[in-house]
Amino acid sequence: MGSKIIAEIERDYIYDLVRRGKREDGRGLDDFRDIDIKTDYVGKAEGSAKVKLGKTEVVVGVKIEPGDPFPDTPGKGVLISNAELNAMASPNFEPGPPGEEATEIARVVDRGLRESGAINFEKLCIKEGEDVWMVFVDIHVLNQGGNLIDVSTIGAVSALLTASIPHDDYDVEEGTLEVDTIPVSCTSLKCSDEILVDPTYIEEEVGSTRLTVITNSEDEIVGIQKGLSGTWTQDEIMEVVDKSIRESKEIRKLINSSI
Amino acid sequence: MKKEKPDSFLDENGRRLDGREINELRPVEIEADVLERADGSCHIKLGDNKILAAVYGPREVHPRHLQEPDRAIVRYNYSMASFSVSDRKRPGPGRRSKEISKVSKEALESAIFLRKYPKSVIDVFIEIIESAAGTRATSLTAASVACADAGIPMRDLVASCAAGKIDGKIALDINELEDNFGEADVPIAMMPRTEDITLLQMDGNLTREEFKEAVQLAKKGCKELYNEQKNALKRRYER
Repeated sequence: MGSKIIAEIERDYIYDLVRRGKREDGRGLDDFRDIDIKTDYVGKAEGSAKVKLGKTEVVVGVKIEPGDPFPDTPGKGVLISNAELNAMASPNFEPGPPGEEATEIARVVDRGLRESGAINFEKLCIKEGEDVWMVFVDIHVLNQGGNLIDVSTIGAVSALLTASIPHDDYDVEEGTLEVDTIPVSCTSLKCSDEILVDPTYIEEEVGSTRLTVITNSEDEIVGIQKGLSGTWTQDEIMEVVDKSIRESKEIRKLINSSI
Repeated sequence: MKKEKPDSFLDENGRRLDGREINELRPVEIEADVLERADGSCHIKLGDNKILAAVYGPREVHPRHLQEPDRAIVRYNYSMASFSVSDRKRPGPGRRSKEISKVSKEALESAIFLRKYPKSVIDVFIEIIESAAGTRATSLTAASVACADAGIPMRDLVASCAAGKIDGKIALDINELEDNFGEADVPIAMMPRTEDITLLQMDGNLTREEFKEAVQLAKKGCKELYNEQKNALKRRYER
């Protein structure tokens, strides 16, 4: 993100609250904001979801079209994830090609989808070595209220769960899109010496370090990403992992009931 | 996605395939102040179109050399989500987006009192979430509501819609099928109070009389949208 100025007084205020186990929006340190998932939001997309996490908002669209497989995986479909930090979402975002932050989000979401084995790539094959289904997951951040990785993952998974291959449009019968597990990410932030989950953007600005843990439906860890410059101790990391598994269960339930 | 040209766009009663009269807009919903951090914002639905507009500013111009000593500049960024259309659109601005951004910026500039804010910029960001014909006009309608929501002083709102020609008849607010296989498309934008037109384009084939009829009809559409714009802004303060 570009330059940002946080008033010293705002930083002190947030740190002071956190030290007393409180937060600006009245949540406890371990509480997620309300999650609202609306699927089939974009009729033109093969799968889509609009997700709100508190004030953070993203729309994720899945487009599926036939294309060439990668030479080293001739019998497997292709997944391409992309995140766009729309300039309307924040005064700190600018139009143009994806920067560091957008690339990180896209890659972390992609990792969650790929490493969890959520997508059965063999089933996306049309004709080995020639044609496979390409699955494009495009994440558009419309309102930067903080914790973009988690909301993007929820959006991507929800959109994929409701997506279907457009067989008729291309006169192709082969191939199915199967989502076998639901990867969910949970992001924690260290502020002062306290750890809080689901940070708002202002908390992210003042926090020292960030940790995202992605788990699958079997509660196995499938991806981790540390962000910001600060440091974590091993005990803290395990605390975050346990907390993430717990939180992710709830989020997964919500995704299942929303699709 | 494959779509075929229908045999006829109008049924025996003169109604269109989506059930509208020939001079009827698609259902429209406008909501102002929908984004948390923007100075002004607006969400508009027109038929299947879903579009968001956000306004930031007036604020400092970066890069510096773009600033004008005596007035504000407007930057208009029209962008389509890759999943907003049937065949995935490659992300980023193409030639079409750039042209639309330019004409829309000019359409909006005529309404804003730019001289009140020398050396500053008003940034307008448009995101097409779902596209179903008429996005440039609909975006502009939303953009002016977002400007008003941002408190930017304006001569009037800018309302915009298109008329077209289907089965040899002039029709208001043509939908996707009518746009793809119709005979002409005339998007206009105007400041309804004075009826000054701030955007006008056309492609297709029309006679002089047909063109006049199209502009007339599009103006009627703009006035209807204008009422919805004003209602949206009033609702924003009733909340």
